Amino acid sequence: MYNLLSGKEDALLARKPLVSIVSAGLSKFGKRKGMYGREIFAEAVREAFERCPNLNPKQDIEALIVGHMGESFEHQGHTGPTVLDWAGMLPIPAIRIESACASSGVALRCGIFAVLSGMHDVVMVGGVEKMTHRATSDVTEFLAMASDFPFEQWQGMTFPGLYALIATAHMHRYGTTEEQMATVAVKNHRHGALNPKAHMQKEVTLEQVMSSRVIAWPLKLFDCSLITDGASCLILTKPELARKFTDAPVHVIGSGQASDAIGLYEREEFTTLKAAKLAAREAYRMAKVESRDVDIAEVHDCFTIAEIVAYEDLGFCKPGEGGGLVKKGTTTIEGELPVNTSGGLKSKGHPVGATGTAQAYEIYLQLTEQAERRQVKDAEIGLTHNVGGSGATAAVHIYRRG
Amino acid sequence: METIPFTIEQFYKFIGERKLMAVKCRSCATLFVPPKNVCPRCFSTDLEWTKLEEKGRLLTYTVIHVPPKQFQSVAPYAVGIIKLEEGLHLLGMIRGVKPEEIKVGINLIVDFDTDMPSQWPMWPHYFFRPP
Repeated sequence: MYNLLSGKEDALLARKPLVSIVSAGLSKFGKRKGMYGREIFAEAVREAFERCPNLNPKQDIEALIVGHMGESFEHQGHTGPTVLDWAGMLPIPAIRIESACASSGVALRCGIFAVLSGMHDVVMVGGVEKMTHRATSDVTEFLAMASDFPFEQWQGMTFPGLYALIATAHMHRYGTTEEQMATVAVKNHRHGALNPKAHMQKEVTLEQVMSSRVIAWPLKLFDCSLITDGASCLILTKPELARKFTDAPVHVIGSGQASDAIGLYEREEFTTLKAAKLAAREAYRMAKVESRDVDIAEVHDCFTIAEIVAYEDLGFCKPGEGGGLVKKGTTTIEGELPVNTSGGLKSKGHPVGATGTAQAYEIYLQLTEQAERRQVKDAEIGLTHNVGGSGATAAVHIYRRG
Repeated sequence: METIPFTIEQFYKFIGERKLMAVKCRSCATLFVPPKNVCPRCFSTDLEWTKLEEKGRLLTYTVIHVPPKQFQSVAPYAVGIIKLEEGLHLLGMIRGVKPEEIKVGINLIVDFDTDMPSQWPMWPHYFFRPP
């Protein structure tokens, strides 16, 4: 485990957190047959309320900010009040955020704005997506809407295709191998097997990943995250109010967000996500921590190559060394820097709008010692890295044990 | 003189005329695709259309085996990003070469498939192929 450098601790303690997380909820992730998105969201909300008996849901929560990507999945827009109603939280304001797969990472950031502005003392942020009832070809089409229509979708591009372009470029430039990418899948499935809420709670072997059918060469089925139904939420408050609700808050100490061209092809480089690098830089500066201070991270492994690129963009290793880092075992649950202990998008699943706050949920569990079989010892600083589309949006948050 | 709009629609009209066109800023000489009606570098609106050489080098590629519905009849197909001689990037399908023969760095030219779809967005396709 990385230790905070001496001297840094003073700076950290002197620094007031942005907000505090006093509770969190996560629905079971998976194929939620017969369930509507709003009903799954209500399940996540229930858990957050049960976890925090000092909080009065009808009185204390002042606003909901919810991430949701696609109306197409359930033929349902106007997500904010819809999910609010089913969670029993009418009539407070509800705001829906759409930033593709980063929708709820951005919703978390908007929740921070809401509290820091002084407008609200306690807000709920979260996310939801219901996807598995649709045919894979429909899901492929709906997800592709987060890429550029005239110059990517119109050319036959898909989401696995975009990340495959990143993978090919990374392999060509740095010698990253399909086996290194497969190692990410093996690791995250091992972690997910320990998570009772994960979609696919089963381990996979390197051979299984390598021999799975090609989706978009060089990416195979097991390089891709899962089409999943799920919802997640967090309850945020001012740090000075946190102890009113819980003895074990988690503080959000850094928040960064940046944007890039929606078209991957427009960018100078395909081996890095510039928006993620910028978001990370902002979050680290705000939190007054460095990448080596991070004890545990949840990163956006929508495809295995994305986790390798995330290590590099977050400064966990140098550009080009991400494949080697996973191969060395550094990022396993027993490693020096555990990444995606929840199983990640790869094994826990990726209900796109729910993913950002689901990542924060895992960090919340870890920093409050509630992660059970996948508990990492003595983690103080956590990080989440949530990416929208092929990197046109990125949100990075840093957390400290309260 | 009537100005030609700097729009995506216009870009695809040119494709229908078998021309790959970019927008050029008359103030700072920056070339850009997709077209925008303000220079992304210097914010000038003094712009003009300019024809590109239609030649490039492959920067990265993939072979798509699971396509969206409307591309199911042509799957698997290769898609790549090329760097045009003028330095611009463009993404498109790679045709006329077996997927296993595609390599990063190969030279490709831009060609046109001027069949017009009957519904929105009524844009013809450009694609890449070996010279």
